[in-house]
Amino acid sequence: MTLAAEINSNGNGDSPEKLLSPVLSAFWDDPQSWTLETYRRHEGYEGLRKALAMTPDDLIAYVKDSGLRGRGGAGFPTGMKWQFIPQGDGKPHYLVVNADESEPGTCKDIPLLFANPHSLIEGIVIACYAIRSHHAFIYLRGETVPVLRRLHEAVREAYAAGYLGTNILGSGLDLELTVHAGAGAYICGEETALLDSLEGRRGQPRLRPPFPAVAGLYACPTVVNNVESIASVPAILNKGKDWFRSMGSEKSPGFTLYSLSGHVTNPGQFEAPLGITLRQLLDMSGGMRAGHRLKFWTPGGSSTPMFTDEHLDVPLDYEGVGAAGSMLGTKALQCFDETTCVVRAVTRWTEFYAHESCGKCTPCREGTYWLVQLLRDIEAGKGHMADLDKLNDIADNINGKSFCALGDGAASPIFSSLKYFREEYEQHITGKGCPFDPAKSTLWADRHADSTEVNA
Amino acid sequence: MTDVSLGMPQLPAPAYPDEVRARLEADAGEVIARYPDSRSALLPLLHLVQSEEGYVSRTGMAFCADVLGLTTAEVTAVATFYTMYRRKASGDYQVGVCTNTLCAVMGGDAIFDELKSYLGVGNNETTGDGKVTLEHIECNAACDYAPVVMVNWEFFDNQTPESAKKLVDDLRSGRPVEPTRGAPLCTYKETARILAGFPDERPGAVEASGGAGPASLIGLKLAKGEVPGRTRVVSPRGEHRQDAGQDGPQSGSEHLSSHDAPQSTSASDPAAAPEQHPQGPSSEEGE
Repeated sequence: MTLAAEINSNGNGDSPEKLLSPVLSAFWDDPQSWTLETYRRHEGYEGLRKALAMTPDDLIAYVKDSGLRGRGGAGFPTGMKWQFIPQGDGKPHYLVVNADESEPGTCKDIPLLFANPHSLIEGIVIACYAIRSHHAFIYLRGETVPVLRRLHEAVREAYAAGYLGTNILGSGLDLELTVHAGAGAYICGEETALLDSLEGRRGQPRLRPPFPAVAGLYACPTVVNNVESIASVPAILNKGKDWFRSMGSEKSPGFTLYSLSGHVTNPGQFEAPLGITLRQLLDMSGGMRAGHRLKFWTPGGSSTPMFTDEHLDVPLDYEGVGAAGSMLGTKALQCFDETTCVVRAVTRWTEFYAHESCGKCTPCREGTYWLVQLLRDIEAGKGHMADLDKLNDIADNINGKSFCALGDGAASPIFSSLKYFREEYEQHITGKGCPFDPAKSTLWADRHADSTEVNA
Repeated sequence: MTDVSLGMPQLPAPAYPDEVRARLEADAGEVIARYPDSRSALLPLLHLVQSEEGYVSRTGMAFCADVLGLTTAEVTAVATFYTMYRRKASGDYQVGVCTNTLCAVMGGDAIFDELKSYLGVGNNETTGDGKVTLEHIECNAACDYAPVVMVNWEFFDNQTPESAKKLVDDLRSGRPVEPTRGAPLCTYKETARILAGFPDERPGAVEASGGAGPASLIGLKLAKGEVPGRTRVVSPRGEHRQDAGQDGPQSGSEHLSSHDAPQSTSASDPAAAPEQHPQGPSSEEGE
């Protein structure tokens, strides 16, 4: 395991100024960062002017050439998604922004919208011009009222300034934007469940094909994009695709928000070119909390297979994380130190998936339920060795056999924790209980010891 | 009518008083106009009826069905799918403690346990004075501020058992409470109206608590060379530390899940509160 002190000294010498690249977050420290006035002071809505000077098809090609990939988890090329919308079909087209950020560990879109909602609105206008849409929706999870307030205000400002409504900036483009608050359901982050929910139904995924690009909202061609994907578009237009491609790698170009959380000295948002490593992020931000070691972490939320301290140098881009056996996901870097019981962590995540399973398909609905039963027994010291294979077996019957990716996500922590920490599961069984003290994992655990304890 | 209710459908829910209905109908018209298809207004309308009564009642569901041309069964199916719609009258302040893995490990479990015993209520239960409804919630997209407590869906970041107890004390005694990120608290009903899509009209509500929170700015400050020391704790989490005593963290090896059994489905809701029972057979299950 890596000591926090070693992480601190292992840096390659590059300064945070060189490693980080704030774009969306560049003026979050402005006292009124969320206002139109502030946004304009930082070249806001300049990308839109450039976009409106292009033809919609050229605009789609431009975004495609920039290499921007979806920031919601799957990494699908954004421009390609736009290109799939059939043109001249006589049907209304819709853009739906997925702001239902609920993946455990994920906390990028909510701070982005709280501090800089106009970047999303500008991106929406650009995207709608490209796909010939006249009505867009922001599906915001309902549990974040402070963000809803600022979205309401930003949309009002944008209408008043002529960035929304009719004949936007004299271009002839008409666009309505509706902010829609959800009502509490993780599954609505799945794009087809989101569409059903937006149609006023229970949020359950749809069978595909047809894909939303052909039959989405109200059975019309629909693009569903993540907040950060759309919010990244204005800067690409304003500063150019070559500038965007100068960051990151050939297949994963550009900048993105990394969210560091857990047992680290300084949790928070870090905007950097794709491909930065967790070691670099920890190194610049103060490492793990004093006297503790990194034990396991997720690269992109709980649905992405966990990593250990062996993976500190994995480049955090789509290919790098994939090659190491996980997924970049939402770049939600949840870091847990050696005080954390992996069985407890996985049990709680699994309870989450069981609670959030929509019930539509059997493998996920039943599988997550039984995983919870087994895990609770193991955590309580009532498990048997055979349960470990059974966990793997159930997870295998959910993974790839469920209606949507929620099931795959539920299987990820099971597979990966058994791969890296099977011994710890066994300890719970042979020792008939959990060997960890949860009090030692808390935010305030080391307060009394801070002055005396030098290292773990 | 007869008193024998076995298998008999419940009577339709009573309607709202005329003036309430007229007011809600005007609001509903505004909501429906935002969408190309009226049914899309159902989720906001359920928030709207929740802003009237503090929960989604049979009357509220019947109202939604009526204005949207849906059956009450269709509305009930939706209302019972989403966790933000309350199924029974509850407190003015919904205190939600995040107990998803990261917050739980960072202290959310301890906070939730502490509040349960301090308030003398269980999950999804309300204090006797009708002020506070306690529940555990799932990840609320604020992991860099863990452990997180939400009150009426405003952020209270970097909580401890002590700070959370003070928070509920303040809520119960009517002292003004301001979130770490968000606007000064309004009641649950008023919050529900914002969720229905009606902007918060209170002066200063949008700008309250300022721009990005401290953790959101860590990377930006580093990029600007503004955070010098590597070991210096610059986030606000340190500020809260002194007020959390030795109590709080739960006892050693026992950390049973705070997750309870799933809520019962609509049809098997306790018949104890029949007036809140969604329309449908009132005694087909659970008896």
